[in-house]
Amino acid sequence: MKIAVTSTGTDLQSAMDPRFGRARYILIVDTETMEVEVMDNEKNVQSFKGAGIQAATAVADMGAEVLLTGYCGPNAFKTLNAGGIKVVQDVAGTVQVAVANFTNGNLTYSEEPNREGHW
Amino acid sequence: MIVTVASGKGGTGKTTVATSLACAISDSVHLLDCDVEEPNVHIFLHPKIQYQETVYTMVPEVDQERCNGCRKCVDICRFSAITVVGQKLLTFPELCHGCVGCMVVCPENAITEGGREVGKFEIGQRGAIRFGHGLLRIGEAMAPPLIRKVREQIDDKGITIIDAPPGTSCPVITAMRGVDFVLLVTEPTPFGLHDLKLAVEAVIKLGIPCGIVINRSDLGDNGVQDYAQQQGIPVLMEIPFSREIARNYSKGRILAEQSPKWREKFAGLYEKIKICAAC
Repeated sequence: MKIAVTSTGTDLQSAMDPRFGRARYILIVDTETMEVEVMDNEKNVQSFKGAGIQAATAVADMGAEVLLTGYCGPNAFKTLNAGGIKVVQDVAGTVQVAVANFTNGNLTYSEEPNREGHW
Repeated sequence: MIVTVASGKGGTGKTTVATSLACAISDSVHLLDCDVEEPNVHIFLHPKIQYQETVYTMVPEVDQERCNGCRKCVDICRFSAITVVGQKLLTFPELCHGCVGCMVVCPENAITEGGREVGKFEIGQRGAIRFGHGLLRIGEAMAPPLIRKVREQIDDKGITIIDAPPGTSCPVITAMRGVDFVLLVTEPTPFGLHDLKLAVEAVIKLGIPCGIVINRSDLGDNGVQDYAQQQGIPVLMEIPFSREIARNYSKGRILAEQSPKWREKFAGLYEKIKICAAC
């Protein structure tokens, strides 16, 4: 299974980036092989509107089934939902620990976004 | 002749100047309140409202069945108001600026024109003054479509005074674009000067001649005067800080109707504007 994790760096030892839409990197981790695909999210970090929507679309395109992140807004959440991606919010620490917690069943899926939209 | 009364900083006296200017002009005049987020000209003018209309802006409506997932709509939208995720075409109407780009590029005609209410506009009259303003729907963030609708009320004949919103963002530009003259109202304080500079930069970019009115002119410092001189922008009027003016304002009275002296001053201001706009 492929899961997406928002990250400040490009490898599993990196600290997670709490932001979703404007995360510096999004790592797509294969939970069976622990192989990592790096998605550079620079374009969305700089975008002036709709970063969450764009990032969510990109994550869906990468074939991820689950997203682990810190904060997620309503537009990103709606887009992830439409793409059939389950979301876990309020996750922190390194990417590796987050993935381990997920595979061990220690994380629960979020029912709704934990951040409000902004202008 | 269309004159927009604007300012970088809020609360400098735009409405005081706009209402007085309209009252001091003896010909028939249009007075349009384009500060649709907080319109207040009507509080001073007390016009008789004769007509009201609801204004809508275009938002895309999608036919999922027709979408082939080509993403041409996603690529053209600068505001991420539409996306294709998995097989689903998804829209975010509150981000849409109503440019209809997605409709135009869709090869499958999967997108049609829907509408979202942005507010209402009202038309009225008081004496020789024809009045118009917009009232943005509470919760709506997009003022420009409503401001454009208010401005459509202008006919080519006669004089139009537009009371603009404060600042230098899209609503202000919408209230200034294409007019003959911009009157910038400011106050002689560091805040007033800071925001005046931003407003002047915007006006210069739009290529419109402008002049300055300094309100509460006997307070603060000489920064605004020095800046105006340095930039070659004429200071067309100064209104002193006066308890009497403030008291009348708080009672909803128009400055030019307080005394013949002020009516004459504002009539003179309009004459100066005519000269400056012709340069």
